[in-house]
Formats: sequence, C-alpha cells, structure tokens
Amino acid sequence: MHGLVNRSIQSFLRDTYGAAFWARVAEAAGLPEDGFETMQRYDDALTDRVINIAAGLLDRHAPPMLEDLGTYLVSDPRRERLRRLLRLGGAGYVDFLHSLEDLPERARLALPDLDLPQLCLNEPEPGRFMLACRAAHPGFQHVLVGMLRAMADDYGALVVIDTAGRADGADRISIDLLDQSYTRGKQFELAAGMAAGL
Amino acid sequence: MSAEAPTGNGTAPAGTAPAVLSAAALARLMPLHLRLDAAGRICGAGPTLAKLCAGRPMIGRPFAELFELRSPRRVARLDELAGSARLRIGIRHLPGTVLRGLAVPLDAAEGDAQDDDNGGTGGLLLNLSFGISVVEAVRDHGLTEADFAPTDLTVEMLYLVEAKSAVLDELRDMNGRLLGAKAVAEEQARTDTLTGLRNRRAVDHALRAAVAEGRAFGLVHLDLDHFKQVNDTMGHAAGDHVLREVARILADETRSGDVIGRVGGDEFVILFPGVDGYAPLISIARRILARLEAPIPFEGRACRVSASIGATLSCLYAWPTPERLLGDADRALYASKRSGRGRVTTLAPADAPEAALRPEVMEGA
Repeated sequence: MHGLVNRSIQSFLRDTYGAAFWARVAEAAGLPEDGFETMQRYDDALTDRVINIAAGLLDRHAPPMLEDLGTYLVSDPRRERLRRLLRLGGAGYVDFLHSLEDLPERARLALPDLDLPQLCLNEPEPGRFMLACRAAHPGFQHVLVGMLRAMADDYGALVVIDTAGRADGADRISIDLLDQSYTRGKQFELAAGMAAGL
Repeated sequence: MSAEAPTGNGTAPAGTAPAVLSAAALARLMPLHLRLDAAGRICGAGPTLAKLCAGRPMIGRPFAELFELRSPRRVARLDELAGSARLRIGIRHLPGTVLRGLAVPLDAAEGDAQDDDNGGTGGLLLNLSFGISVVEAVRDHGLTEADFAPTDLTVEMLYLVEAKSAVLDELRDMNGRLLGAKAVAEEQARTDTLTGLRNRRAVDHALRAAVAEGRAFGLVHLDLDHFKQVNDTMGHAAGDHVLREVARILADETRSGDVIGRVGGDEFVILFPGVDGYAPLISIARRILARLEAPIPFEGRACRVSASIGATLSCLYAWPTPERLLGDADRALYASKRSGRGRVTTLAPADAPEAALRPEVMEGA
C-alpha cells in the first residue's frame, strides 16, 4: 500500500484519538514511533494490521471506522487539500460524482505509483447512482462512503449513501440524490490560496 | 455568423456545409472568444473575456483600444492576423496578462463585398486562452468551472498544480523528519552515552579540525587514579556514578567552547581552543584535581579518586599532528603517574620527542 494511504490512516488515528493512542497502535503493529513515511511502499498486510489493531483498541468494527476516516480526509480543516482536489471535479455534486471516474488518472498525474481503485459510475434511474469500486485491496469502499457523504455536505447536496454489496468483482456504493442544492454548501474558489509561482 | 470549410465539387457533403452558430452557442463553445468586424471594432465577446474586462464597454470599441498585440507586433490590417499561427494578446487594463490565441476570418453576410481568396471580409473570430498563466488568472479574477468550456483542460491544470504542491509539501515534511533523525543520529554517534560527553571519534574529529585550522589550542589528557578500586570494591554502579560526576566537574570547570571527551574507560581528553600558554591550563587542571579528590558520595558511602594529568600546546610544534599531540599529552600524563599521581605535567617547550619532560609537579589539593 502506498505510504500516502498509510500516512492518511495514521493522521486520522492520531488527530481523532490522540498521539498516545497512535503510539499504542504503532507499537502493537511493530512500526517505528514516527509511523509511516509518505513516499514509501508498504506491505498491504501491514495496513490491515494497523486498521485491525486500531479497531480492536477502539472496540469498533473496521467498516464504520473506515467511513470515519473518509469523512476525516475530506472535512478535517487540517486536510483542506484533498477537499480542494475533489471539489475541482465539478461545479455541482452530480458533476463531482461523474469526475470520480477520472480520479485514479488524475492522482497518477501527480503520483505515478499511487494506485487508487478503479471507479465506475452508473445512473440506473434519475437521481439514483451506483458507484462500482474495483480495488486491489478490500476496504476502500468504506473510506469512499465517508468521503462521498462529506463531499455531499461540502456541496450542500442532500444524499443517502450506503454500501450495496459486491457484484462483478466490484464493491458497490449506492447514492440517492434527494436534493442537489439542499444547502448553500461550503465556499470554494478554484485557485484560492495558491501562491504565485506554484 | 458562419464559417465555411473548403468544399468539393458542387454539392457539399454533410459536415462541410457552412456552420451557423448563435451568439449563445458560440459563447458556450468558446467563452474566451472575441469577434471583430471588418473595421476592427469589437462586435462580440465571450462571457469569460467580458468578465476579465470587468464591466468596461466593449461592443463597438476598436480592438486596439482594449487590447494590445504582443505577437505579431505589427500588422498593416487587422485581418492579417488570420494568417498568424499563434497570437499573443495583452489586455490593456490588466498589465501582465497575456492571452494566446488563434484568429480565423469570417464570411461576410450575404450582400456584403467578399474577398474570394481568403474567405470573406466579415471580420475575424479570435479564440483565446490563458496558456500557462492560467493559475494566476483564475485566482486574480475569481473564475469558476463555469467560466471554462468543459473541453478546456484548465481544471486539470489546476488539479495538477494543487496535487503537485501537496506532494511537494509531503516531501518537504519528510525531508524535515529525515534531517531531524539524521541530526539525532549524528549527535548519538558523537556522544558517550554514559556521561553525555563527546566520545573518542568526536574528539579525534575535533582535534583534526583544530590542527587543520592551524589555530593555537591546548590539549589535556586526564586519567583517573584509584578508579579500579572503586569499581572493584563498590561495584559498577558506583563506578558509573563516579564517571558521571567527573564529567560534570570537567564541564563545570571548562568553557562552553572546550571539547571534553571520554576516550577510554576512565580516560578523558579536553581540547582548549585558543589557548597558547600553560598558565590557564594549569589553573584549570588544579581546580579539577581539587574537586575530583573530594569524596564522591554514592548510596551512603564515599568514593575516592584522583587523577593524573598531562598537557601540551599546539603552539610548541612547528608541524603539529593529532597523533603527535595526543602521544605527547599521554607521555606527560604517564610522567604524572610515575611521579606519584594527583599531578599535572606539561610537555617542555623544547618540542622534541626525546626532550625530557619538565614536570610542573603540583600537589593535589
């Protein structure tokens, strides 16, 4: 698993449950105190170990914890960057949903070795979307559910999002769009905060 | 408005007939376009371009009043622009903003005069883009996705810029962590873990550097006396405690720029940068001896040690080398040991290996 993914899990656990909690997880998983390095690759089993240890210590199931991770990645004020990258996907929530298919390619522009799951969006009936997530490793779909909910909040859309089982080798997520502009959403400027010369 | 593709013989097959677009369709297709009439006056502008002009009246104004040709610099007639492969156009009220673009001739409306060679004299259609300065443009003018055609890769460009910055930030953080870890590792590699003083390697390094710099320094070699007895009779914990106490005394009695190292079990070396006479070394050595010989309490008992000290000065040598100085300080130390311990011996200024050592024999306090 890419270090960036592992480091995101680490930041989530540390920021949400405290440095002492993260230290316990790291120790139990046999990681150094500093945890993961962003630009390293790690064995997938290590990522699973960290998730299972954290869930065990919290007495939670992994899927809801991973949903919280997804929400954190998008809505934590310390991680404004990812929210901005996702908002660049489109002016409205539906545009954003369609842009998800481009997400792995876009990510690869910046980090050629970052393998995000392949995403495929269908709209079986108006306002009802089905997102198929084909990941090399299970668990991504739960993170995605958290992210999609948080992004709906960001766009001001009213949605009902849930995992919808597996089909054709892909984990599916159903997205029912009740109102695309339920609230005004959060402010977004295309090039806000980009320093000159970036 | 119409644009005509080259036609074949007679009947135009589907797709080569002139395309007629409404102004609204043109605005959606090319939000940054500009239409000029045959006289070079603006007769239409895309919504994003209008946004850049921020409410300034455009329609009916001459092109040159609002815009500046950057490349090609000079044209006799504006419709020559249609022959340029690439235009660079400045906006007069936004210095620094340079748009790139392409101009094509428009056919004249029916009834107007036509130029048979080059398409009609119905004016020009210019399609413009921000080029590489798009990030600044988007930021400065508060542009949104809606200001760009969906075929435009501007948003991808912004995405890439932001993603690249995020990756660079991560790399910078990682570099900071690595540098911090490296500094800690280097400090550990130079430090004697028991006493916190420099270790043998660090002393050698400091000594080589001092010799290479060619500046005067004093070198003191100190060996504890009776330390073995403390270790043997009171145990290693007591011995370790004594070594830490000695380290504290050495640090107390020297200046912050002096280099103190533990170079063996109970052997210490001190480098005194800038010292070119024995007087200060002898007075420091005397204070050190006085404090070392005071009983050191450990778990209710008193540990008693003393020290033999040898000293030399780099200024005594025509060609000082680290080995030579360490060797001479060591020989001076053994002269102290032979003459009864608890003493300081300085190397004679005669500066010869065979020179007799002139002991400045001092009684321990």
